[in-house]
Amino acid sequence: MNIIVCIKQVPDTTEVAIDPETGTLIREGVPSIINPFDENAIEEALQLVEKHGGKVTIITMGPPQAEEALRQALAMGADEAILICDKAFAGSDTLATSYALSRAIRKIGDFDLIICGKQAFDGDTAQVGPGLAEQLSIPQITYAIEVEVENKKLRVRRLLENAFEVVETRLPALITVVKQINEPRHASLRGVMKARKADIPVWTAEDVEADPLRCGLNGSPTNVVKVFSPQHEYKGEILEGEIQQVTQTLIQRLQEAKLL
Amino acid sequence: MNFEFTDEQKDIFAAVKEFCDEELKPQAQEVDRRGEFPWDNVRMLGELDLMGIPVPEEYDGLGLGFLEWTVIGEMLSAACTTTGAVYGAHVLCVYPIMLFGTDEQKDKYLRPLARGEKIGAFGLTEPMAGSDAGNVQTRAELVGDEYILNGTKLFISNGGEAEIYVIIANVQPERGTRGMTAFIVEKGTEGFEFGKDEEKMAFPSLPNRELVFQDARVPKENLLGRERRGFRVAMETLGLGRIGMAVGAVGLAQAAYDAAIEYAPTRTQFGQPITQFQAVQFMLADMATEIEAARWLTYNAAWRKDQGLDFEKEAAMAKVYASETCNRVASKAVQIHGGYGYTKDYPVERYMREAKLFDIVEGTSRQPPAQRSPEGLKCYKSKYESRARKDT
Repeated sequence: MNIIVCIKQVPDTTEVAIDPETGTLIREGVPSIINPFDENAIEEALQLVEKHGGKVTIITMGPPQAEEALRQALAMGADEAILICDKAFAGSDTLATSYALSRAIRKIGDFDLIICGKQAFDGDTAQVGPGLAEQLSIPQITYAIEVEVENKKLRVRRLLENAFEVVETRLPALITVVKQINEPRHASLRGVMKARKADIPVWTAEDVEADPLRCGLNGSPTNVVKVFSPQHEYKGEILEGEIQQVTQTLIQRLQEAKLL
Repeated sequence: MNFEFTDEQKDIFAAVKEFCDEELKPQAQEVDRRGEFPWDNVRMLGELDLMGIPVPEEYDGLGLGFLEWTVIGEMLSAACTTTGAVYGAHVLCVYPIMLFGTDEQKDKYLRPLARGEKIGAFGLTEPMAGSDAGNVQTRAELVGDEYILNGTKLFISNGGEAEIYVIIANVQPERGTRGMTAFIVEKGTEGFEFGKDEEKMAFPSLPNRELVFQDARVPKENLLGRERRGFRVAMETLGLGRIGMAVGAVGLAQAAYDAAIEYAPTRTQFGQPITQFQAVQFMLADMATEIEAARWLTYNAAWRKDQGLDFEKEAAMAKVYASETCNRVASKAVQIHGGYGYTKDYPVERYMREAKLFDIVEGTSRQPPAQRSPEGLKCYKSKYESRARKDT
């Protein structure tokens, strides 16, 4: 089976600095890594191909330096990588990004499964995977924690907040995976050496025949008004006094909160 | 003159560093405490292609140099000294097969060693053949199609766990080094048993076992190199072994220094972090300087070996300086930790115990001076080279 994994290169920190003027991330001086959930996506693809045969192709849309993330994925054992890179894609929101990725995937043509991480570490939108499935008109199953493939049929266990859900669909399909699905492997040295020499094609908007009106800022209805780290305040309250009085107050509070 | 690694080397080292930080280092104290061979770690080394770094690609290795092997070994040792020691002992079996093995032997033994599917060990040391490596008493006698081995090897690293052994025996003990002969011996060979696993001051998870040969039957085709040329096999292997010991010592010294530099700023005395005291600053500065010197001596020896230049003197210098450095650095790291450094809650007490190994193995620190001074080296080389020449 042929699997396409969509990855994103992200800054290696959860608390990135934000430019107060523009509301965008300050990327200078922050080392870049593969989005951690995307590493799980790569690992799952490698395991499926080890089991069922086929090949793993990695794609990413990003600036020229995103090639580094692709080489890391190749070092883990992926077969091919393609960089989708064009000034025309600059400023893409999740809609424009999923559109650009869908154009590249149409150009690749033959695939059975697309795997994405559940969300990116930096934007945290969790929209590109589902958006991509819509653009390609294929079924999607998000938050996968277990994946089985049998006779062109995909069986996925989804990790929900309080339960698991098991969903089946036909291939081709798209899944997004959670961290708990696997333990991403380390790159072997042979992998690192091979990845260095690998030829990574760069596809422009023209190469993937993307509609200019649906690319980059033109194709992005999202407007970032403000980006900030929320202040978390966990305030507990300690009730003091006689045990009976404290208990009564507690029950009253819980009833007020409609928890009892 | 260029002291920079290539881009490929940087990529390789970065991948190994990540593995060390994420997998080896967090487990290091536990590996030591358990007192069991760290198979999980060793398997991972194999999966990451770290067990056959200098082996040619045609025999499933990476075809890289001893410099790469050195830098990676240093990182492994810094992250987990025991795992680093297994890696160091393994290559002492890999290297002589690489150098002297027939195509058939390489096919059969070098491949699984390079892939890390099997672990190797090198057996030279005997009760009376320590630094005086020429005094091997283990007897080998050709009977029909088999060599019959009798004798005992001592302190063999990876002993018992390794599946492939390069053993130095003697077909004519009365001729001394000129009778020495190397063999490849598999675990499970009839008459080849494992004796006592030494209880040591440190490295409880690294086996240093007796290898006991009692009429052990080794097939004739497992002769490594030619008969009575075993001394050269031993000398070539020990030359690399000295670099290996320097590698382990530099890694350990770096780990001890890292522990000290992490702890010192957090420790407050007399109202300020102890790093504010010049006495502590001087100690840290001296430690860093000595490690840097030891590291470059070691890299230089490995680089010379890769270039096909003489490296024995440099390897001996690196071995002695690095092992003495790691003892000084580990001791200072304990000092900087104060009372806590003496407890098992911090790794530095272990480093200090482990460091002593490097002073003693692969020729004690008191032996290689003969090989370090130009005159000493001349004597040493002429003594051994004349023996080697008569051999060929």
